[in-house]
Amino acid sequence: MMQLAVQNEPLLNVDNLVVEYGLGNKTVHAVSGVSLHVARGETLGLVGESGCGKSTLGRAVLQLRRAKSGRVLFDGEDLSAMEGEALRKMRRRVQLIFQDPIASLNPRRRIGDIVAEPLIIAGVKDAAERKRRVHDVLSAVGLDPDLVAGRLPHEFSGGQCQRICIARSLVLNPEFIVCDEPVSALDVSIRAQILNLLEEMKARFGLTLLFIAHDLAVVKAVSDRVAVMYLGRLCEVGRSEQLFAKPAHPYTGLLLEAIPVPDPDVRPAESVAIGEPPSPIAPPSGCRFRTRCPRADQRCSAEIPELREVAPGQFAACHHPLA
Amino acid sequence: MSAPLLTIADVAVELPTPRGNLRAVDHVDLSLEAGRTLGIVGESGCGKTMLSRAILQLLPKKAKLSGRVMFDGQDLVRLAPESLRRLRARDLAVVFQDPMTSLNPVLTIGTQLMETIQEHLELDAPAARKRSIELLAAVGIPAPEQRLAQYPHQCSGGMRQRIAIAIALSCEPKLLIADEPTTALDVTIQAQILDLLAREQRRRHMAMIIITHDLGVVAGRADEVAVMYAGRVVERAPTQALFKRMHMPYTEALLAAIPKLETAPHTPLPAISGRPPDPTRPLKGCSFAQRCRYAAGRCHEAKPELKSAEMPGHLYACFHPIQMAEGIGA
Ligand SMILES: Nc1ncnc2c1ncn2[C@@H]1O[C@H](COP(=O)(O)OP(=O)(O)OP(=O)(O)O)[C@@H](O)[C@H]1O
Ligand SMILES: Nc1ncnc2c1ncn2[C@@H]1O[C@H](COP(=O)(O)OP(=O)(O)O)[C@@H](O)[C@H]1O
Ligand code: SF4
Ligand code: SF4
Ligand SMILES: [Mg+2]
Ligand SMILES: [Mg+2]
Repeated sequence: MMQLAVQNEPLLNVDNLVVEYGLGNKTVHAVSGVSLHVARGETLGLVGESGCGKSTLGRAVLQLRRAKSGRVLFDGEDLSAMEGEALRKMRRRVQLIFQDPIASLNPRRRIGDIVAEPLIIAGVKDAAERKRRVHDVLSAVGLDPDLVAGRLPHEFSGGQCQRICIARSLVLNPEFIVCDEPVSALDVSIRAQILNLLEEMKARFGLTLLFIAHDLAVVKAVSDRVAVMYLGRLCEVGRSEQLFAKPAHPYTGLLLEAIPVPDPDVRPAESVAIGEPPSPIAPPSGCRFRTRCPRADQRCSAEIPELREVAPGQFAACHHPLA
Repeated sequence: MSAPLLTIADVAVELPTPRGNLRAVDHVDLSLEAGRTLGIVGESGCGKTMLSRAILQLLPKKAKLSGRVMFDGQDLVRLAPESLRRLRARDLAVVFQDPMTSLNPVLTIGTQLMETIQEHLELDAPAARKRSIELLAAVGIPAPEQRLAQYPHQCSGGMRQRIAIAIALSCEPKLLIADEPTTALDVTIQAQILDLLAREQRRRHMAMIIITHDLGVVAGRADEVAVMYAGRVVERAPTQALFKRMHMPYTEALLAAIPKLETAPHTPLPAISGRPPDPTRPLKGCSFAQRCRYAAGRCHEAKPELKSAEMPGHLYACFHPIQMAEGIGA
């Protein structure tokens, strides 16, 4: 099997990104100073609860939502400073897959046309060439092009729709894909199929992935490194194995406890019942996790914890990290 | 042992479609005692929701239902609509995957809760209000008095599900059916909602049915598990017995497909290939045969019946069961 050389220069570099939404006269602090990088050929998992800013971060990377401040460097070029034709060209190299596969397909268009659309937008004029490429990606994701190309989205199950979405995201031969909760809406068996498919596609097309989900076990299955996000900030980043074996941030610990274990002898931990995250309109001072954190003290409300290395390659933003 | 609160006998549901009759539920038998929890597990489309709707007598109009649903000594299938309505309002409650199914977007949470309570418990307005606040507090909603004046869209998904549960519990039901109550929610909120359901179930000595596609969700929380596939119950056992020794290849495959924290990244998941069979087409052999790695011989010819394993209460429907003790089985 071909082994992808992971080069030193990261393909994606996000530097102190801030993204906000206006809500009446209030401000939603969706992403508040996030820095991360993704190396070429790597999968970075991004986990966190609903509303913590994962999708906003993903969309800001693709410039679908402009950041208030901070930079997004893709292959050394600053996307946040790009406009017009330059940005459109760059966008062919980065794609997005959504959570709700059925809703993200136009119900009135045939599968063949849906998958060909990015080619048309990119200016591929030769119809035979488009047809060939659509045929190739549909086969690659395990669908029979002759059977599916002429049909409409409602004729397909959720899992098949997600395959179609993946085909559409691959048709321009991108280098980087943001997968935004691609399996959250799918049941256990289809989820496993789609996770395997993403891994295959990654190896086959030499992709780099930012993989967003709220389930740590799902994220671990596909990620080289994992970033844990809470209320607009990163809590912890590290190599998957290490982060799961020895979480340093109390929030990572909580997420790990919340995973339902398919073993009746493991009694579900009641300790995770500590309510919901606060509003991102008025995030807590200091550490944003302090209102739910069992280790919180005075310092946590006064001082924002910075990400710092707690073990080689593992970074946590906490004043009192887990031992 | 007390007599079961609920006994489902030979229940089948057929739905007419342009492609022919669709077998949504294919002759299912189940029973459940007061104070116990039954988990129903299976892939999307395997008939879990239709089975629960058959119990509640809330099937689509065109559906054809046969069999018996004995609840508290009465057959719901043959009950007069008026008695059924009363029973459903008082003794049977349901929580859906999408809480908005049971919440009215244009009414405040207080109005919805108090209406339900007043209808079923014959309380006056102040008493109903007091009860509403107690219920919201019981399901873990902070500042319940303020919540009463809010609308569902002002709450998060987790909050809405808590409110839907509060409404479901408000009439003190004998049986609560939770149909994928946490599938749309985050893992942390999922754990909280499942804890909440378990706590209220114990406190009220309710019977509860939890429907899910994730065996992990029922492992620590159900007394008994029924695994459904293509409209049928294919394995049924006390939870401990099932996880200790599952006999159905399908149950094993469902469990294997769940990503595990212990597994190293980039390990291919043992996915179940393909999809369940088309429920409008007649099927000769075992419905799982096309996807089963143990399928051989008879599997493609005959339908395996549900039969007893060596452990009491453990049933499976397979010609080549796995993990059988010496000398027992096919
Ligand atoms: N109103 C309906 N008319 C026709 N067929 C239906 C209807 N509702 C459900 N079905 C079909 O009945 C079968 C069982 O459906 P059911 O919704 O009970 O499954 P489920 O296990 O709850 O799946 P899901 O997890 O997708 O909700 C499926 O094949 C489904 O497509
Ligand atoms: N268009 C918008 N206007 C106002 N607030 C928004 C908008 N989109 C998202 N938000 C808010 O920003 C926060 C982060 O949202 P999102 O990025 O969607 O999180 P996630 O994907 O993790 O669920 C949430 O509080 C959400 O309600
Ligand atoms: S900084 Fe304080 S509140 Fe924040 S996670 Fe660490 S211990 Fe908890
Ligand atoms: S009867 Fe045969 S095909 Fe069906 S589950 Fe058992 S081994 Fe597999
Ligand atoms: Mg999102
Ligand atoms: Mg269902």
